[in-house]
Amino acid sequence: MISKSSLGAVDWLSILFYIFLLVFGWINIYSTTYDPSQISSLFDISQLHGKQALFIALSFALGLIIMATDAKFFERFSSIIYILSVLLLLGLFPLGKTISGATSWYAIGSFTIQPSEFAKIGTALALAKFISDIQTDLKQITSLGYVALIIALPALLILAQPDAGSAMIFAAFLFPLYREGLTGYILFILFAVASLFIATLFFGVQRVVVGLFVLGIFVYYFLRKQRGILLFLISGFLAMAGYCYSVNFVFHNVFKQHHRDRFNIVLGKTKDTQGIGYNTNQSEIAIGNGRWFGRGWTEGSQTQGNFVPEQHTDYIFSAAGEEWGFVGSLLFVTAFLGLCLRVLYLSERQKSQFARVYGYSVASILFLHFLVNIGMVIGLLPTVGIPLPFLSYGGSSLWAFSMLLFVFLKMDTDRNKR
Amino acid sequence: MRKFLLHIIIILIGLIYLGRLFYLQVYDTSYANLSKNNAVKTVYEYPQRGNIFDRNGKLLVSNQPSYDVMVIPRELKPFDTLEFCSLLGITKEKLKKQLKKARNYSTRLQYVVVPQLSKNEYAFLQEKMHKYEGFYIQKRSLRNYKTKSAANVLGYIAEVNDRILRKDDSYQSGDLIGMQGVEKQYEDYLRGKKGVRYYQKDRFNREIGPYLDGKLDTLAVKGKDIKLSIDIDLQTYGEMLMQNKRGGIVAIEPKTGELLALVTAPSFAPELLVGRKRSPNFTKLYYDTIAKPLYDRGLLAEYPPGSPFKTLNALIALQEGVITPQQRFGCSNGYYYGVRGRKMGCHPHPSPLNLPYATAVSCNSYFAQTYRKIIENEATPQEGIDNWRNHLKSFGLGGFLGYDLPAGKRGKIPSAKYYDAIYPSKRWKGITTLSNAIGQGEVLCTPIQLANMTAAIANRGYFYTPHVAKAIDGNYLKEEKYTEKKQTTIDSIHFEPVIDGMHKVFTNGTASFLQVPGIDICGKTGTAENFTKIDGKRTQLTDHSIFVAFAPKDDPKIALAVFVENGYWGARYAGRIASLMIEKYLRGDISITYIEDWVLSHSLEEEYNKPLSGEPFSINQ
Repeated sequence: MISKSSLGAVDWLSILFYIFLLVFGWINIYSTTYDPSQISSLFDISQLHGKQALFIALSFALGLIIMATDAKFFERFSSIIYILSVLLLLGLFPLGKTISGATSWYAIGSFTIQPSEFAKIGTALALAKFISDIQTDLKQITSLGYVALIIALPALLILAQPDAGSAMIFAAFLFPLYREGLTGYILFILFAVASLFIATLFFGVQRVVVGLFVLGIFVYYFLRKQRGILLFLISGFLAMAGYCYSVNFVFHNVFKQHHRDRFNIVLGKTKDTQGIGYNTNQSEIAIGNGRWFGRGWTEGSQTQGNFVPEQHTDYIFSAAGEEWGFVGSLLFVTAFLGLCLRVLYLSERQKSQFARVYGYSVASILFLHFLVNIGMVIGLLPTVGIPLPFLSYGGSSLWAFSMLLFVFLKMDTDRNKR
Repeated sequence: MRKFLLHIIIILIGLIYLGRLFYLQVYDTSYANLSKNNAVKTVYEYPQRGNIFDRNGKLLVSNQPSYDVMVIPRELKPFDTLEFCSLLGITKEKLKKQLKKARNYSTRLQYVVVPQLSKNEYAFLQEKMHKYEGFYIQKRSLRNYKTKSAANVLGYIAEVNDRILRKDDSYQSGDLIGMQGVEKQYEDYLRGKKGVRYYQKDRFNREIGPYLDGKLDTLAVKGKDIKLSIDIDLQTYGEMLMQNKRGGIVAIEPKTGELLALVTAPSFAPELLVGRKRSPNFTKLYYDTIAKPLYDRGLLAEYPPGSPFKTLNALIALQEGVITPQQRFGCSNGYYYGVRGRKMGCHPHPSPLNLPYATAVSCNSYFAQTYRKIIENEATPQEGIDNWRNHLKSFGLGGFLGYDLPAGKRGKIPSAKYYDAIYPSKRWKGITTLSNAIGQGEVLCTPIQLANMTAAIANRGYFYTPHVAKAIDGNYLKEEKYTEKKQTTIDSIHFEPVIDGMHKVFTNGTASFLQVPGIDICGKTGTAENFTKIDGKRTQLTDHSIFVAFAPKDDPKIALAVFVENGYWGARYAGRIASLMIEKYLRGDISITYIEDWVLSHSLEEEYNKPLSGEPFSINQ
């Protein structure tokens, strides 16, 4: 059991952020399903908010169990947990249940569970274990190959469900890798690829290429003393220009229509508030309706009118924005990113590399979810259906994120025991 | 760097997202408005418009409920067409046609299927309405006229047009708004306040309950009642006298400036412009460009004032000290002036005459000489005209009077500038403008201006801005505009000889056959030449018959002006009508029934048809 001394070593600030987010999520789920004509008990299990209350209670239980487990357990069994995660993902292909086109769930009676949420924990543990191995050197190509394998295996299985949104989250592991010595070029190239993609779609190929050319001239002017810079710049320019020309091909031939639509909506190339842009538009209206202090709990007209589809799951923040206003949004953003930064801070003070890499992974996963989900809800990023950790309705994601966090908090609590 | 990259990205994204949230939630208010359109249904409850009463408390205009059967096509469910048609009293084809029109208009918006059911029809339908999803009843309030006259004063209400909708956001499409007369002028008081109820809608556009528990809902407030200064009996009587004639009667209570009657002829019954029949009737009235029933002649018609204008010239001359009341001027069947011996004609009468007698017989020569003296009293004719004009303006001529009805004309009192423009050499003289002496020439007045001028004479030197509203919601009009005396430039002592002359019009003069036994009336006849264009040729028509009067002489209770187009001479039609109106108002019944019979049995339709006939015709028969 948990000893008295370890209780004091628990990072209560993280727990505080965590509980705040759970409660904030729950009251907003309550509001999205609120029906004034039939007031039910707060914990009515037939209602979504009642179920979520149950999920929250189970999360606390899971947290307690994890805190009572020996921290060494997770390091020792990380490979087994990882293999189990991958097997669960594989098992979906023969046994999984298909909901709205994706075979991502195991159904036990009316109860469903989504293994892709738990796969993140297994992958984070396996990655931490591998990187912390004395023989691993992220500057060596073989090590990088193993790392890529560890991450890509579950990601590709999830992509095949198909659930591109959840698969995309595995990109979060780039941050711990970079922290542990991965060359910055990879991050830079990925960043360049992404931003050139967006820029080409938005401004058109010609303008981007001309822009790159002008930029190249400036870089050359400042770095002209360096040897071989001209060749480097020319080859870089040609590579990037070639990539830009391929963007249109990829966009129009590889992407599916709904992907194109989502990009076009966010880039403002398509104005459509009824069809494909309906979610984003209604979500923006709901949030905009919040003004400074919000419409008040269960008083948001957009939320109460159920204008935003999936508002209790992926779009939960739109309800928060409408009913709690800018002040509520500020509080939420502060709490969520505060938790991410707190976990990063805790990671940095770990003595074991295993715990540090794992902690970094936790923070990165949480942050990437935030980035993609909130970006979508406030109309800055294309629509990608992933939940907002701790707030969105759903047992699988809530338990997975809770376990992800508590495993790290347990490591942090025991950091001096080695 | 490796340690801090993620920290930096997290903080950067946090700031970007908070900036975006600030923009959405605080900076850009359009989202909040969108949400209101989106999720909140606004239902208006229409208040009853204020009632309108006459000066004696007789109800003129009230309200009647009316019920429109509305449909929202996309909410329709299959229903028993046969039963519904029999309930509405329409054929199946008609219903189908209406539903098709409604769908073409919009599937989401309400559309009128059957407009303006009566109370009885509605009562029958009401119980069964619930069976017909997608249909509902919109209650509206229509005007209910208790009088057949005063249409020009009361005005009418109609659906608000797009121009007003764009300008004034307190109106919604389909709202009723006052379009003319009192309905327009006092719209803000009469309309009341719309009640509003907000309903929370869901994304299927269904109402799911009151928005914010009805916190923002308001009740409709009934419009305020208005009591007019019009005496509806006098008004109705005036309209009866003016039947088969064209022109106007404006009667004012001199002591207050209250309009007692404002008759225009031809007119129409106000109930013609109510409800379902408003539109075709309005079109019919609007396109009657010959009789122009929608044209309020009492306020809008600019006529040459003719001889009543002489009284003002006399007053100005007295004020300027260029004549004395007893001074006599000769008349040799007219007045000869100018180097080429031009003549302003007059009719036979004794000569020479002093002011009262010259007024009584309306001697043109006398007033021509008086007018010359006024203009030539100043160093230049320019100064003379402008000085003369200033006196006239103080009587409310040549400009808007400022009364409380939304129609009016300035009339015209020419200035020196005006003549300078006509005669660029500027070598015009007082006698060039001599027609002004007898109210012809360049002078134009509306009947209400002439009535107001008569009220100023009756008051011996002042008037109150005429107005048609007496009290709003039981409170008498307190606006300074209507309660403040407007002083003319003429001292009160100069009025007696002129009033004496106007009295002699009845005792010894041009209206001696129009006396009402027991009532001392002062008046002045007027006969004004007028012209029209037929096939582009200026053609003279039969003279207008004009009369101004007030009574009783020493305690004036009514002052009026009567214009009868092409009535030949002043006393013939206008004078008779003036006497009848005065007796009607002061006594309530008519003793001079032979005059009443004459007026009611004489029509001018034949006269009005002359210029339209295309045949050559003679005038002043």
